[in-house]
Amino acid sequence: MDVRKYSGIKIRDMILSGEVKVEEVVNAYLKRIEETEGKIDALLYINKHEAIEIARDMDKNGPDPSKKLWGIPIVIKDVLTTKGIPSTCASKMLENFIPFYDAEVVRRIKEQGGIIIAKSNMDEFAMGSSTENSAFKPTKNPWDLDRVPGGSSGGSAASTAASQSPISIGTDTGGSIRQPAAFCGVIGLKPTYGRVSRFGLIAYGSSLDQAGPITRTVKDAALMLSVIAGKDKKDSTSSPNPVPDYLQEMEKYKDLKSIKIGLPKEYWQEGLDPDIQKKSEEFFRLLKELGAELIEISLPHTKYAVATYYIIVMAEASSNLARYDGVRYGYRTKDAEELIDMYVKTRSEGFGFEVQRRIILGTYVLSAGYYDAYYKKAAQVRRLIRQDFLDAFSNCDVILTPVSPTLPFKLKEKIHDPLTMYLADIFTTPLNLSGLPGISIPVGLGDNLKLPVGLQFIAPPFREDILLGIADRVEGELDPLPEPFGLKS
Amino acid sequence: MKISKEQVKNIAYLARLHLDNDRVELFSRQLSQILDYMEQLSEVDTSNVKPMYSPVEHPTPYREDEAYSEFTREDVLKNAPEEDGEHFIVPKVVS
Repeated sequence: MDVRKYSGIKIRDMILSGEVKVEEVVNAYLKRIEETEGKIDALLYINKHEAIEIARDMDKNGPDPSKKLWGIPIVIKDVLTTKGIPSTCASKMLENFIPFYDAEVVRRIKEQGGIIIAKSNMDEFAMGSSTENSAFKPTKNPWDLDRVPGGSSGGSAASTAASQSPISIGTDTGGSIRQPAAFCGVIGLKPTYGRVSRFGLIAYGSSLDQAGPITRTVKDAALMLSVIAGKDKKDSTSSPNPVPDYLQEMEKYKDLKSIKIGLPKEYWQEGLDPDIQKKSEEFFRLLKELGAELIEISLPHTKYAVATYYIIVMAEASSNLARYDGVRYGYRTKDAEELIDMYVKTRSEGFGFEVQRRIILGTYVLSAGYYDAYYKKAAQVRRLIRQDFLDAFSNCDVILTPVSPTLPFKLKEKIHDPLTMYLADIFTTPLNLSGLPGISIPVGLGDNLKLPVGLQFIAPPFREDILLGIADRVEGELDPLPEPFGLKS
Repeated sequence: MKISKEQVKNIAYLARLHLDNDRVELFSRQLSQILDYMEQLSEVDTSNVKPMYSPVEHPTPYREDEAYSEFTREDVLKNAPEEDGEHFIVPKVVS
């Protein structure tokens, strides 16, 4: 079977109807991984034997139509713990870490009959926007192997774009689902903060982190969100709000005639890549043809988002990563004389440079004398940024923005200039600060560079249904993207 | 905000990190640059703004204080760099 043709929903339908066996599906994706992995390096672990074993069991005892993901192979970002399978965060610090429990997201996927087929590459501890900060290898963009897939969920996005599985899971702290999805021409959904449990999501910025689906169809994203969303007693920040059946609920928002879309003037300024500018204008025309009303809005504190975000995320990172002390799990230095010496050597040898840079900056902004000037100040501006959005939503249903000011850049092009890399997160970080949901969808290939262009819809808290409805509607109107050019042999 | 090499070394030690001299030099330059950029927040008037540390809106739930066992000692010790079946082992604390 040619796995490139099928969505997750279609695969499950084919299994339930008896057209294909789960084992055939798993073998077909394993073959696809074998064919493409040498080109893109998207994965850190291929769960071959366990996946085949599970598939055989399912064929023997199934099919079970009550399971929403029955037989669908899923790729999981290596920041989520998987019982009995290495979970490294692409760090030397956790290179040999084999968790004894599943992240809640993973537990729910397995419970619904999803099969964990691989773990994907990422920036170390999810710190980065290019996946070049992986301690093990850089992932390549399937559209152009000389370019980055974005990050930090670059492995998940590249893998899904290459049809190594129909659905992968990424995590998004400052854009880490949406930006790689845009760079790789796939769909990426960051849910509302609290919509999905963070239990087993190895912490980076605890007030910002959310896991979400990366898919090739909008309906697959809706299906996956219905599975992973919901309250979890192991994460007190997970929301008690009821979880709708998104596949059903989104149908209400497919008629764009009643939808008002806000275009924030601070996001649509000079300086966007010309390919992104042109595709966006074409997309505005499509939305108007479909009956949507487009209005200009203002989010006045936008220009402070990157500074606010990096102060908060580095502060939270420095605190979260204090746990890597070489005592209970993870790497420990080989030559330590005494305890403090062991801590210092373990952490200096185990963490990569970007991680060290962020821990040091985070430690600085939290230190006595600077706490109010940086951390508290950023937390105050954070509230103003969120208020901008809440005010804007009194005039529009959703907001439409670019995902990134640039197209995928070349490997090594920006890695030595951290500030420039941070500044490119301007359109994605405000959502994490505000806790809002956002979806990145591909709107076509740029005219000059023939690379995917992604745009982002933003909704009020817990209104993923509107995002999915609109995205599903426009997906049906846009030409599907061809097979990524870098994979053609 | 200029961050000196001495400051970088001190902060690194607070975070239990050791940087070699080249790295101290580089981080001192980069940290100064990044903190300069962050300075722009000072132009925002936040005098009456309550800090927002989390986007969570629901009240923090309470749970019953019940003892339960989910994992075995063996599970918990399995990933330790050094253990004796009962404890995590660390290098000596007092020399």
